[in-house]
Amino acid sequence: MYKIISAEFLAQDIKRFVISAPKIAAKRKAGQFVILRINSHGERIPITISDSSTEDGTITIIVQGVGKSTKEINLLESGDSFQDVVGPLGKPSHLTNFGRAVVIGGGLGTAIAYPIAKELSNLGNYTIGISGARNKDLVILEKELSSFCNELHIMTDDGTYGEKGFVTAKLKELIDSPTPPDFVLAIGPIPMMRAVAELTRPNKIHTVVSLNPVMVDGTGMCGGCRAVVDNKTVFVCVDGPEFDAHLVDFDILTRRNKTYNTQEKEALHQHTCKTEQAIKQLSHQEIESNLASGGTV
Amino acid sequence: MNTLPKKERMKIPRQPMPEQPPLERNANFEEVNLGFTEELAMLEANRCLQCPKPVCQEGCPVGVQIREFIGLVSDGKFGEAAAKIKETNVLPAVCGRVCPQETQCEAKCVVGVKGESVAIGRLERFVADWERDNLGLKPFIPLEKKGKKVAIVGSGPAGLSCAGDLIMRGYDVTVFEALHELGGVLIYGIPEFRLPKEIVAAEVEALRKAGVDFQTNAVIGFTDTVDELFQQGFEAVFISVGAGLPYFMNIPGEHLNGVYSANEFLTRVNLMKAYDFPNYSTPVMDVRGKNVAVFGGGNTAMDGVRTAKRLGAERAMVIYRRSQEEMPARKEEFHHAVEEGVEFHYLTLPLEFVGDENGWLTGVKLQKTELGEPDASGRRKPIPIEGSEYIQEISMAIVAIGNGSNPIIKQTTPDIETTKRGTIKVDELNMRTSKKGVFAGGDIVTGGATVILAMGAGRTASQAIDEYLQNPEIW
Ligand SMILES: Cc1cc2nc3c(=O)[nH]c(=O)nc-3n(C[C@H](O)[C@H](O)[C@H](O)COP(=O)(O)OP(=O)(O)OC[C@H]3O[C@@H](n4cnc5c(N)ncnc54)[C@H](O)[C@@H]3O)c2cc1C
Ligand SMILES: Cc1cc2nc3c(=O)[nH]c(=O)nc-3n(C[C@H](O)[C@H](O)[C@H](O)COP(=O)(O)OP(=O)(O)OC[C@H]3O[C@@H](n4cnc5c(N)ncnc54)[C@H](O)[C@@H]3O)c2cc1C
Ligand code: SF4
Ligand code: SF4
Ligand code: FES
Repeated sequence: MYKIISAEFLAQDIKRFVISAPKIAAKRKAGQFVILRINSHGERIPITISDSSTEDGTITIIVQGVGKSTKEINLLESGDSFQDVVGPLGKPSHLTNFGRAVVIGGGLGTAIAYPIAKELSNLGNYTIGISGARNKDLVILEKELSSFCNELHIMTDDGTYGEKGFVTAKLKELIDSPTPPDFVLAIGPIPMMRAVAELTRPNKIHTVVSLNPVMVDGTGMCGGCRAVVDNKTVFVCVDGPEFDAHLVDFDILTRRNKTYNTQEKEALHQHTCKTEQAIKQLSHQEIESNLASGGTV
Repeated sequence: MNTLPKKERMKIPRQPMPEQPPLERNANFEEVNLGFTEELAMLEANRCLQCPKPVCQEGCPVGVQIREFIGLVSDGKFGEAAAKIKETNVLPAVCGRVCPQETQCEAKCVVGVKGESVAIGRLERFVADWERDNLGLKPFIPLEKKGKKVAIVGSGPAGLSCAGDLIMRGYDVTVFEALHELGGVLIYGIPEFRLPKEIVAAEVEALRKAGVDFQTNAVIGFTDTVDELFQQGFEAVFISVGAGLPYFMNIPGEHLNGVYSANEFLTRVNLMKAYDFPNYSTPVMDVRGKNVAVFGGGNTAMDGVRTAKRLGAERAMVIYRRSQEEMPARKEEFHHAVEEGVEFHYLTLPLEFVGDENGWLTGVKLQKTELGEPDASGRRKPIPIEGSEYIQEISMAIVAIGNGSNPIIKQTTPDIETTKRGTIKVDELNMRTSKKGVFAGGDIVTGGATVILAMGAGRTASQAIDEYLQNPEIW
């Protein structure tokens, strides 16, 4: 069992957990993830390691409730436990001092990009953060990012906070500026990552995205996480999760992430009925829009 | 001792295995075979001629003393029979169920020359089940503790048999397993209806009682590297991480939704219990009333197709590019599949998966083949027949054409030498790898093979580890 030391909502449906997992804490590097299971009936859910403390033997994760399992996770409180946490999985990010590094997080992608941004900054990059959210209430990790980013741009779709517009608008500005980025990392919904890849492609700016296919084992055994990169099949859990954005086949990625939509709706419906009290805030429309966009990660 | 004359024994027909009726069992996940009763077992045991030179034993990769244990069964001494088997095989309840007996022990049995061989596997299974039900699993009684720690990586049959042997020899044994459950393919691959998970769990429990320390959620290479295991005080490491990297066919359309590797499909259903969704949270595609095609002809293909049938597939088909004779699956599984309504399409080659505009699989383009000259594997090579292409409508495809080697150990322990195929190189006599103190065995060395071969490798390794730890200079 892996005990939850603290749990707090950062925004609606987005919760940060600090979990006791000393071995993983000692080992993990930026870009790696864990797979966790809430109980004996639970799914194996991949979640990025956002931070860690070797002294306390803890790892930090940030979970967005998008479906049954993640909403169940977000009902847990400090003192509760996860049945299984395995990791650190995946290849660590390949980072060096690139010069000017732009880190783009869309929605929950900001949480996944956060540890990498921190590492880029540690390596001496001039680090520019761009964090996008639908509205003011969904902006996360602003304080944490601003503590080390040389520049931080918050973008909201509706303009309720920061600047109004998509993250790509800001990226375009930066590319067109006299000091364009040397490196871009983009993590977020697939359409966003694709748009970023298209923006940086003409200037051949080295661009990396972190993929989030459906996973089962996370050790290369099942092939469920396969994606196509550079016209070759890769298993994201062991070959990734980060890849050269200009080589990723985003169409296949988008489609494969919708494999279980029907079942997920059913599971979520049952879950919602069972825990109506606890997750009153969940609006059906929101689930629908999540499902339609292939998740908000 | 059984006094029935040889002639009389020869007259007894091979006893059939009681089983669930085909059209009942193809809709549930309970075990197909119900097992011999004591009477049936003794009757079957009487068919054994107690040969002065028991050739059957030569057919068993771990050399189970077949004549002796069967003699004890015919005398009704089931507990003693169990002890006899366990002298060489720590997982008889598993092997009795899943060994390809028809190419191993039973293939050699002299009774089989003119008639049907003695049902060695079924008797082995009976004895093991009888022991578990009547005596409980006999605890392993370890020798005096040697005060030396051995790490075993992977809890499949190779790892479990090595752990059992080493704990008996007095070592402190820790088994590291990447998944949240123990048993390897026995738990995530082979379905409940062929090998109840309870049996695997009971075997693991017996090892735990004997003092084996099991660490789940430990991916060696990531959680700890092999070198870190040595730093933590382990003096030898046995790597038994299995094959487990599914091959795909590399034909167009393999990324459509609805195309699964057998590993993924079976893991979702067996390990994650997707057949009980949403009570269990892991989903698998709903195939009720739909067509499912499985590609391949081995045990994995049979498990995949019979599982799909049980999940409610309208038509469950095996598409195999060679003919029935070349199919490597256990005979019993093939017969069971046929009885359960599985269709077999031989000499048929998949060319391409086709899908709809949303990326969902709708069919597969197939081509007929004919058999040509034998290839490197000794099997006749299928040659496509021009112009025989057609489209078969399917909603799910399960690719079961074999597994390569899992790359994690290789990537994180570069000083362990591997072959071009990614399998670990060992000296077969003692399972030593190129790295001092590290041994390996099972599918990670041989490529996908069998449970009993993996167990045999675990056993050989345990002896070699014992020798090495008694006298480290010999490396
Ligand atoms: C390497 C990796 C790192 C990740 N890191 C994080 C993280 O730090 N925080 C976090 O909240 N989530 C993260 N995810 C995504 C998370 O695993 C999924 O959101 C979760 O599995 C969904 O499970 P569910 O049962 O709650 O939702 P489901 O009911 O399974 O799905 C709900 C919706 O989300 C979509 N979806 C399902 N699986 C995924 C997925 N893997 N990625 C994106 N969309 C998906 C579905 O298509 C559906 O539209 C990560 C995924 C991967 C592969
Ligand atoms: C569907 C299917 C059906 C089969 N049917 C039969 C049959 O009827 N009869 C028969 O004889 N054989 C059968 N086989 C083959 C047989 O199961 C294998 O040959 C055998 O299980 C190999 O044993 P192993 O111990 O080498 O590896 P495995 O059983 O594969 O076990 C390896 C274990 O190591 C773990 N692992 C992997 N990497 C790591 C790591 N880095 N750190 C920690 N743990 C790790 C894995 O999670 C796994 O649990 C079948 C195989 C499959 C897939
Ligand atoms: S272990 Fe397998 S091969 Fe050996 S006797 Fe038993 S069933 Fe036959
Ligand atoms: S070869 Fe057949 S008949 Fe002879 S001892 Fe073995 S099982 Fe009995
Ligand atoms: S999740 Fe199974 S291979 Fe990647």
